[in-house]
This record gives sequence, structure tokens and C-alpha cells, in this order.
Amino acid sequence: MLRALGAIPTLLLVIVLAFLMVHAAPGGPFDDERVLPADVEANIARAYHLDEPLPKQLLRYLAGLAQGDLGPSYRYRDHTVSELIGAAFPLSLKLGAMAMALAIIVGASAGTVAALKQGTYLDRLVMAFSMTGISIPVFVVAPVLVLFLAVKLQWLPAGWSSSSGASRMVLPVVTLALPQIAYIARLTRASMIDVLGRDFIRTARAQGLGTWTVVRLHALKPAMLPVLSYMGPAIAAILTGSVVVEEIFGIPGLGQFFVRGALNRDYTLVLGIVVFYATLIVSLNLIVDILYGAIDPRVRYR
Amino acid sequence: MSLFDNRTIRVSGGILLTVAACALAGPWISPHDYLTTDFNRQLVSPTIAGGQIFGTDDLGRDLFVRTMLGIRVTLLVAIVASLVSLVIGVAYGATAGFVGGRVDAAMMRFVDTLYALPFIFFVILLMVAFERNFLLIFVAIGAVNWLDMARIVRGQTLSLREREFVDAARLTGVSTARILLHHIAPNLIGIVVVYVTLTIPQAILVESFLSFLGLGIQEPQTSLGALVDAGVNQMEGASWALLIPAGLLALILLCFNFLGDGLRDFFDVRHTN
Repeated sequence: MLRALGAIPTLLLVIVLAFLMVHAAPGGPFDDERVLPADVEANIARAYHLDEPLPKQLLRYLAGLAQGDLGPSYRYRDHTVSELIGAAFPLSLKLGAMAMALAIIVGASAGTVAALKQGTYLDRLVMAFSMTGISIPVFVVAPVLVLFLAVKLQWLPAGWSSSSGASRMVLPVVTLALPQIAYIARLTRASMIDVLGRDFIRTARAQGLGTWTVVRLHALKPAMLPVLSYMGPAIAAILTGSVVVEEIFGIPGLGQFFVRGALNRDYTLVLGIVVFYATLIVSLNLIVDILYGAIDPRVRYR
Repeated sequence: MSLFDNRTIRVSGGILLTVAACALAGPWISPHDYLTTDFNRQLVSPTIAGGQIFGTDDLGRDLFVRTMLGIRVTLLVAIVASLVSLVIGVAYGATAGFVGGRVDAAMMRFVDTLYALPFIFFVILLMVAFERNFLLIFVAIGAVNWLDMARIVRGQTLSLREREFVDAARLTGVSTARILLHHIAPNLIGIVVVYVTLTIPQAILVESFLSFLGLGIQEPQTSLGALVDAGVNQMEGASWALLIPAGLLALILLCFNFLGDGLRDFFDVRHTN
């Protein structure tokens, strides 16, 4: 409970920092090549409360935020930021959740196999793939995969046209998951090797249990603890990756809105999405922490 | 054992030095420059003739020279940004570790808080607010990457603080600032070198990520991330425009990661992750 309360100052810090960064910037949101008459500018400033002192604007923003209102978008004039996020987020969530599931299943399996076959070619293959996957960023892997699998071989669709059905999900989900697969495989391998060397595993083996039974019943749960504590950074990485993936594949999710907003200098939209992402990450981190305490009885939070 | 007996260090370091040497000398040797457009030679595939071994882009600019300049920018940004993170991280970590107690706990709690934040989004926010200023890229990336450095330096300082030579210095009346600078700092060099090597690829990642999205280096200047972005738009007709910068970026990142790992093994620094 106390930990949940501890997350609140963190969030507040993020929001205030982000707000000040945007509002302390030189140049207004409506600066254009076309110079507006002074009274028109004053009217716009008044309509968006930009003529008020900064602390008052901040309080206004926080008051709106408490009611889920992130203000109006400066570029999509007919929409509020909350509406835009609400419309774009479900798609990003679907993409991210699928990538995360894929990363955990494939990464944990590959790491376990590598740990059991430690020192063999299979192990080295998994580790080489893992190092490559960790080093090479999504925005390099994604276009190269598109070039070979979609443009040259035409096995999968390159874009996001509705005619291609579910197959359009394959490339985005896989590219988003790849670096996480690599990292989780590495983590699982290291902790699995550690766990397999402990006494209780030797006891289980001495009772005549087969390798896979030992892994499934005894080793898997303790070996997955480091992976669980990696979930926080993994979620942040997948959110970051989805910005790139949505841009490359033309997926109309939140990441694409974020980049468009950044390029158009849509201050409120960008600010709103940062606040939204930060809230998401901080609360998911909190859930991971609580889960960790529930799974590992040695860890207790006061 | 010398540094160069380690094969990982030798190979990855050698590749990086070669790439850097090409990036420095290439534009100087090539008869082309990075700005001149030639509308009779748009999207020419790589050819030996005329020295356009990487082909040309959609404006007929020579891609070899542009790629080499891109590598220069990428490496420069990464190294300067890593130095920024080095200064912040070492100062913060050494202070926390040396002072210890409640100050240390509070300072590290702050670092933990920052760890939970989506930093890359803050960098984007900065770039939006401050008009994609080139200098700001250095600062922003450095400001993102100091956390690991601070943690590691703090851990090391904490253990150094208890050693006899520090007690001896304190007993002879040496000031705290002087102890930090003359007695603690020199003992941190090994670990700091390793982590700077590992910070550089992270800085490269952030810079190329920003440039890829169009928020980093602006035309006609270029970086590897910007070249990959341009290559994506041309990939159906001109796959070389994507594959060459993408491959070089991947190579550089891999080499830095291997070099960092190799150095870590060499200095036998405990893996703290």
C-alpha cells in the first residue's frame, strides 16, 4: 500500500517536469510563417489560457488531469488530447501485448534450452542471436525484414492495408518482440544455470525425476524471477519500440500520433502522450513489484 | 597480459578503428562531396566507376561520402554524449558513495525514481520544445545515460571509502574535495573506462533513433539514423540505400558492445546487472 503511495510523487514529478519543459520553450505553439495580427494572437492566447502566469497554467493542467482531461489538441482542432489517445491506444496495446507474450514465451524457452545444453553449439547459437538482437535497434531490423520478407519474397504484407487481414500483424509484432526475446533469453539462461546448480535441484534429480520434470516443477519458477523484474524496463522498451514500428508499418496507433505530434509541434498532444505513457509505465512497474513480492516470499515490502 | 591479447578486444577494436579511419579519410579521398546534387545520376546502384561505391541517393548525391559523414556525426555525438554522462554520473555517484548515510540513500532513491521514467520520451519532448538544436542532442543524450554510471561509481566509491589510504589521507588533514579528486577518482578509472565503452552504443542508439524519426540531425547534415530513414523510403528501387547504412550501424553497435564486454572481462569488473 505504501509503495502505491510512493508512486504518486514520482508521477507528479514527471508531469510537472514535462509541463515545464514544454511551456518554458522559446516560441509559442501557434508561431507560423504567416504572421497573425496582434489582436488575433491575443485572442488565441486567451482561448488556450496561454496569457496566464505559468503556475496558474500548471494548476489548471493538473486540475484537468485529475478529471482525465488533457486539454485540447493544438493541431487536430476539433479533438481533445484524451479523445485522440482513447482512439489510438487500443491498437498499440494489442500490438504491445502480443509482442510481450511472444517475447516471454520464445525468450524463456530459448534461454532454458541454452542453459540445459550449456557449452554446445545450440547454446552458442542462442547467445550469438541474443547479442545481435540486443545490439541492433528495431528501426534497423524492421526495414531490413520488410525488404526481404515483404518486398523481395512477398510472403507478408509490408504495410497496414485492411485487405491483408491478420497477416499484417506478423511483421510488426515480431520486430517489436525481437530485442526483448534476445534479452529475456540471456536473462533466463543465466538464472537457469544458477538455479540448476542449487541443492534442491540435486535432491529432485536424486529422487529420479527426469530433466524436463525438474525444470518444469522445480527450476522454472525461481529461474523466472529475474525475468519478472525485467518486465518494467521491457514494457518501457516495447512502448519506445512501438513508436518506430508504427511509423515504419504505417499503423495508426499512439506511437504514430506521438511522432506526428512531435513533428507538427502539437505541444499538448505530445505532453499528453508523455504523461499517459509515464503513468502507464509507473503503474505497470508497481504491479510488477507487487507481483514479485507475491511470488517470492523472501521479498517483503514494508 | 596485454590488452591486445584478448581476441574480442582486438577484433572489435580493430573493426571500429578501421571504420573510424574510413569515415575520416573517405570524404577527403573521394572526388564527390555530400551536398552536390546530380539529377542525371539519381539512385545509381553501387559502382566502381567514378568511385561511387555506395551508389547515389534520390537527389543524385554520392552515398559513400554521405555515409562516411554520417558515421562521423554518429560517432561524434555518441562520444561527446558519453562524456557528458560520464561527468554527471561520476560526480553524482562519487558524491553519494563518499558521503554515504542518509544523503546516499536519498540520492540513490532519486536515481531509482528516474530509472522508472520513459526517458526517451523526455528527450523527444526536449527536441520538440527546443527546435531540434544540434548541441541539445549531446546534452539530452548525456542526461539520459548517466544513471548506470552513477550507480556503478557509487558502489565502487563506497568500498574505496573504507580503505586504509583514505583514512590515512583524512588523518593527515586532507580536505574532502581533495580526497575525492586525488585519492578516489584515480581508482575509479578502470571501471569508468569499461562503462563509457558500454554507454557509447546506447548514445548511438538514442541519436539514430531521433534522427530516424526526423527529430535529430537535420538535412543536409546527416547521420546513420537519418540515412537509414532515407533508405526506408527508397528501399523498393534502391535497396543499397537502406542496407549499407543499416549494416554499418549494426556493425558499429555490435563492435562497441563486444568491446565493452571484452574490456569488462579484461578488467574483471563484477557484472552488476
